[in-house]
Amino acid sequence: MHRSKVRIVEDALDANNTIARANRADFDCHGVTVLNLMSAPGAGKTTLLERLLAEPLEGIRVGVLEGDVQGSYDSDRLAALHIPVTQLNTDPGFGAECHLDANMVRSALPSLPLAEIDLLVVENVGNLVCPAEFRVGEDARVMVCAVTEGEDKPLKYPLMFRTCEVVVINKIDLLDHLDFELDRFLYNLDAVHPGVEQMLVSARTGEGVEQVRDWLLRLTARTGVPA
Amino acid sequence: MHELSIATAVLNTALRHAGDRPVTAVGVRAGRFRQVVPESLRFYFEVVARDTPLEGARLELIEVPVRLLCRACRGEWEPDWPLFRCPDCASANVSVLAGEELEVEYIEVEEKEATCTGAR
Repeated sequence: MHRSKVRIVEDALDANNTIARANRADFDCHGVTVLNLMSAPGAGKTTLLERLLAEPLEGIRVGVLEGDVQGSYDSDRLAALHIPVTQLNTDPGFGAECHLDANMVRSALPSLPLAEIDLLVVENVGNLVCPAEFRVGEDARVMVCAVTEGEDKPLKYPLMFRTCEVVVINKIDLLDHLDFELDRFLYNLDAVHPGVEQMLVSARTGEGVEQVRDWLLRLTARTGVPA
Repeated sequence: MHELSIATAVLNTALRHAGDRPVTAVGVRAGRFRQVVPESLRFYFEVVARDTPLEGARLELIEVPVRLLCRACRGEWEPDWPLFRCPDCASANVSVLAGEELEVEYIEVEEKEATCTGAR
C-alpha cells in the first residue's frame, strides 16, 4: 500500500448546485418564478406573506412551499389565504436540517401544483447562516430583517446579506420603542452589500408592504415567461 | 452550525472521488468569507465520516484570506472584513477575488501496490 494525493478542486456544494439547476429547469418549463424568502426565526416572513397575499396579486397565481424543521404552524396560517401551500419538513428524512437545500425542494416537486401557479414563494427555515449557502433553484433571494434584531446583523451574517437582492426591513412600527438606530443599520448594510434594494415595512400594520408587492410584480414579469 | 452541512458536502464530494479506496486525508480550501469555524468543521467531519471509507481521515483546512478588487480604480486590498467599498475611491463596484471558496482541494488515498491502471 502507498499513499497518494489526488487533486480534486471541486466546490463542495457542486452536488447541491447541480440539483438546484435541475429544479430551476423544471420551474422554468412551467413558467413559474421562484422566490427564496429567508430570515432569522421570528423576523416576520409568514406575517409578511399573509399581508402580501391577503389580496389577489394582479392575477398572479401564488403558491407557497413552507420550510420548517417540524410542524405546520406557518402552513396552517397561510392556508387561510386559500392559496396552495405545501409543507416541507426537514425533520423526517432530512436530519432536521436548519435550512432547505436543492434536494429537499426536489423531493417536494411532485406535490407542488406547478401548472396552476405563476409564482412560488419558498419560505426557508428561519436561520441567517445555512440557507444562504444552499441554492434551491430560485430566481431571486429576498431576506427579511426585523429592526428588533439590532444594527449589527449585516456585519455578523455578511453572506446572507450579500446574497439577497432585496432586504425587507420589517417591524418599523416598533422603531419608536427601540434603541435601534436605522441609519446605523443602513450604514452596516451598505458596507456589506452596497446598493442592495431596501424596503422599510411593517407587516403588522401594512406600512410599506406595497413596495414588496410592486417588486414581486416586476420580478414575475422579468422571469416568469415560459421557456 | 453550518459546519455540519459543509462537513456533509465535503464528505460526499470526497467519497465520489475516492471510489473504494480508503481515504487518509481531505484538503479543503475555505475562504474567510464562508465563516467556517475550523474546530467545528473538524468535529462534524469526524462524526459524518464514521462508517464510510473516510472514517478517521484527517481534515486539512486551508484558509483563504478575502481579497477584493475595485473595478472603478483597479485597486486591490484585503478588507477590514466585511467592508465592500473601495477604501481609495469609495466605489461600490467591487468584485471578490478570493475568500468565497469552499472547495475540496485534494484527497489522500491508500492505493495497493502494482495495481496501477494507467489512469493518472
